[in-house]
Amino acid sequence: MEVVSYRSVETFVQHIPEVTALGVWIKAIIILAVISAIAGFGTYVERKVLAFMQRRLGPMHVGPYGLLQIIADGIKLFTKEDIVPQNANKFIFMVAPVITAATAFIALAAVPVFPDFTIPEWIPVIGGTFVPSIAADLNIGILFVLGMMAAGLYGPLLAGMAQANKWGLIGAARTAVQFLSYEVVTGLSILAPIMIVGSLSFVDFNAAQAGGIANWLVWKQPVAFVLFLIAGFAETNRTPFDLLEHEAEVVSGYATEYSGMRWGMFFIGEYANMITISVIAAVVFLGGYSADGMGWLWIMLKIAFFFMLMLWVRAAWPHVRPDQLMWLCWKVLMPIAVINVVITGIVMMV
Amino acid sequence: MGLEQFKNRNVGQQEYVMLDLEHTPQSPMGKFKQVVKRTFKPELFVGLGVTMREMINALFRGQMHTIKYPFEKLPISPRYRAIHEMLRLLESGHYRCIGCGLCEKICISNCITMDTRYDENQRKEVSEYTINFGRCIFCGYCAEVCPELAIVHGQRYETASEQRASFSLFEDMLTPIDKLNLQQEYDGFGAVTPNADENIKKTPLAY
Ligand code: SF4
Ligand code: SF4
Repeated sequence: MEVVSYRSVETFVQHIPEVTALGVWIKAIIILAVISAIAGFGTYVERKVLAFMQRRLGPMHVGPYGLLQIIADGIKLFTKEDIVPQNANKFIFMVAPVITAATAFIALAAVPVFPDFTIPEWIPVIGGTFVPSIAADLNIGILFVLGMMAAGLYGPLLAGMAQANKWGLIGAARTAVQFLSYEVVTGLSILAPIMIVGSLSFVDFNAAQAGGIANWLVWKQPVAFVLFLIAGFAETNRTPFDLLEHEAEVVSGYATEYSGMRWGMFFIGEYANMITISVIAAVVFLGGYSADGMGWLWIMLKIAFFFMLMLWVRAAWPHVRPDQLMWLCWKVLMPIAVINVVITGIVMMV
Repeated sequence: MGLEQFKNRNVGQQEYVMLDLEHTPQSPMGKFKQVVKRTFKPELFVGLGVTMREMINALFRGQMHTIKYPFEKLPISPRYRAIHEMLRLLESGHYRCIGCGLCEKICISNCITMDTRYDENQRKEVSEYTINFGRCIFCGYCAEVCPELAIVHGQRYETASEQRASFSLFEDMLTPIDKLNLQQEYDGFGAVTPNADENIKKTPLAY
């Protein structure tokens, strides 16, 4: 995380002088802290929403309305024994969850998470520092984020293959299947908006959609929006594409042998990825954030909507088989994405 | 009487409806049409709608299913056969059991042990009465056979205990004398029916 933001500071600091290295560091720490907290809180929200949709109460007893359940879970995760199976490839087994968690947070480095602000002058040492909305406004922002999230799939893949467990192996194989299927669709679906905006930077996307709902890209690119959402569900391996760890079929898939905080890292990575996908969808298709007034509230609401949609879908829909996922991605979604790109190109030419 | 009526399993009055299931399309064109049809059918959104409706029902219309068990309990049927209770006579407060020994006789797992003796008024008195709940199968015969409605099945189904003897003594099962006013008349297994009075006929003594 720090390495990437530091390097990007060096390349970028010349263009926007007021973004200082200190500001980026502060931003990085904020992202790490806040997203970890939101990821933890997300598990609570998910349990509550799923429970309500099944007319249950969900966690109720730890703290008011079960709010402290997150802390109880955290204590449990941190104090559980960290088991490494006997026949596992120990090094890869231990490093795989780190890949998932780290890539999820590295991806967030290039995503605008909160609006920029300046720390008030009266705070010692860091007072007056400008904290940017993006830790690293790379000019290839979207590609970087999608690439990082794709690299995060190495976590499940390596974890599944290293743990000497048949369910893990199946989980790893399904990871490969899933990865090969959705990645094409993600790239192609987001290509059309990129063509319209003419940039890969999130800031340019945001600027291109400034000035009201009518300018949102979702109206120009509804097909790309739907395709991106579907691919995003696959990317974060949420229902209906949670083949990797579907309990009913493969026990827990790639996470079968994991316990304690290593399992927790997979979990945090998954929730961080959900937030990332929500942010991308909100910024690229739903107008993103605006600097003035209530802009930050709107972007939060948009992100919350996508997050909620993921929980909602999990409560409502069954999940697909691996072969159905490949069929869907290669035979349905990819052709539609290609046609969408071609039509967008023709419209832009004319 | 033939065997036919036993082979006919459709005994209910249900209105079965044959679902009009489509056949799997064989030709590529048919498959394509099916995909297009399924893609543009709002079925997935119907699913989303159902879950949202349930959530609204649960949150705002009081249709939450959850019973927080140790704190809340569902009512159980009066016919439920849980740990026995020995009832008292409401007027005198004396226990109802007359020491007839029928329950001990009928108990199919031989778990009731009782002994009686004559007290100073030459009345029969229960000197010892225990039920071995390690053996009791909660069949309810004892409650059904009891002529005095003295032994009945209570509603106490949480029978986890450190030792079996916790429930099994006569004094434990007997209604506490200070709670006599709270004693419920038993309307469960083996109790007299609500219209029992109508069913009573005068014993014909004519012969
Ligand atoms: S319930 Fe059945 S087994 Fe238990 S004491 Fe009564 S007659 Fe015996
Ligand atoms: S059958 Fe009833 S009255 Fe007779 S001994 Fe048993 S509990 Fe007492």
